[in-house]
Amino acid sequence: MAKAWRWFHQLGSPKYLFQKTGQWLPWIWGATLILLAVGLYYSLWASPLEARQGQGHTVRIMYIHVPAAALSMVGYIAMAIAAIVGLVWKMKMAFAVVRSIAPAGAAMTFLALFTGSVWGKPTWGTWWEWDARMTSELLLLFLYLGFIALHASFSDRSKADKASAILAIVGVINIPIIYFSVKWWNTLHQGYSVTQKGALAPEFQVPLFTMLAGMYLLFAALVIMRLRAEIILRNQKSRWVMEWATADAKKVTHD
Amino acid sequence: MISTLLKRELKVARRNWIGLAIPLLFFIIVVSLFPFAVSPEAPMLQKLAPGVIWVAALLSMLLSLEQFYRSDFQDGSLEQLLLMSSPTSVAISKIFAHWLLTGLPLVILSPLLGLLMQINYGFEHINHTWVLMLSLMLGTPTLCLLGAVGMSLTLAANRNGLLVSILIIPLYVPVLIFGASTVTASLESLRYNGELAILGAFLMIAIVFAPFASGRALKISVG
Repeated sequence: MAKAWRWFHQLGSPKYLFQKTGQWLPWIWGATLILLAVGLYYSLWASPLEARQGQGHTVRIMYIHVPAAALSMVGYIAMAIAAIVGLVWKMKMAFAVVRSIAPAGAAMTFLALFTGSVWGKPTWGTWWEWDARMTSELLLLFLYLGFIALHASFSDRSKADKASAILAIVGVINIPIIYFSVKWWNTLHQGYSVTQKGALAPEFQVPLFTMLAGMYLLFAALVIMRLRAEIILRNQKSRWVMEWATADAKKVTHD
Repeated sequence: MISTLLKRELKVARRNWIGLAIPLLFFIIVVSLFPFAVSPEAPMLQKLAPGVIWVAALLSMLLSLEQFYRSDFQDGSLEQLLLMSSPTSVAISKIFAHWLLTGLPLVILSPLLGLLMQINYGFEHINHTWVLMLSLMLGTPTLCLLGAVGMSLTLAANRNGLLVSILIIPLYVPVLIFGASTVTASLESLRYNGELAILGAFLMIAIVFAPFASGRALKISVG
């Protein structure tokens, strides 16, 4: 336990975090590429077509749509948790994490809406429906964009960090509304069926879970890359950043 | 403490009563646009009435937010208030004053707008105006509470005005949905107490969290 706490505190150091994430990044990217390659092969070629509802090939959209939608929500929850860590333990790196998740999360939300729209046209016959789940996903996109807009509106970075952290925490109230909206209003969108027993045949499950894992790792990789840029941006003046930057420049000139 | 703060808010607001009247005027004018834009026929207006009145109320609540926070922030009195008392109680007094001076007048004005939007057309015995007032009575405090959080967050930001709307409107949506559907349910002669209960639940959640969040945000903006 004490060791875990020490590690947690070490992560608060920009230099340590930068070095550690630099070590992790190649592994994460490697695993991402393998999982996505396998997952895409299964989902685009090797999985059966949907027969019951006559969806044919369009069912393949699911393998992108479901992970994107899951990540759009998980991303926001992760943002709120990092925001709480930042506000409670006054950890500056937590704010850098919050700021790094936002664009990736917004992208996933957009992807979920876009793929949903493309999937909705052949199956429901409409690009858009004001269904509860879709509407709350749209609101989630607005929350992400509001967060980014708020963060960009301050000249003082520490104020920007704290104010947008509060916004992230307040916005997370929207997540349960998204989650339970299916049960509350229950309109067009089908219920949550991925973990329900028997709802999803095994031949659909394998590609879906591979894609889920791959997309989670892709999300992590994107966030970490952004986080590293954010760390450099926030510590421009510190010595190790100067050394890191000049060392890199020397390597380039030597080549 | 809070009553002293509240008295101060009310006094400041009274000296700027035109500023308070403008959002109310906006409320009436926006609603009166719909008959021109859509159709003056009573059944049509009646169908639109819950949504139109609720959206107009929501927008005028957003518009009136500025004056309870902006000038106090700019002339430094907010800083003095925060030195004097806890941030949460400053937030509570501002939220309560905002509701008393804009939310409550909206509730009182809503029968007039119900009249303009023909809300009782075709009903002899059922009075939908009461339902409209009740839904606004339960919904507008939640709008004040959420708006206070957004406003406090953006006080120190470089751009404002529209930024608050972008942050807060997504959070307003659940209130809008259940507020308008309360009135719609009543117009369709359905039971509407479920919707009212959910509005009440939103209010309870907001009362617990919003003053605290708003207080923290005020502190960040000033500090």
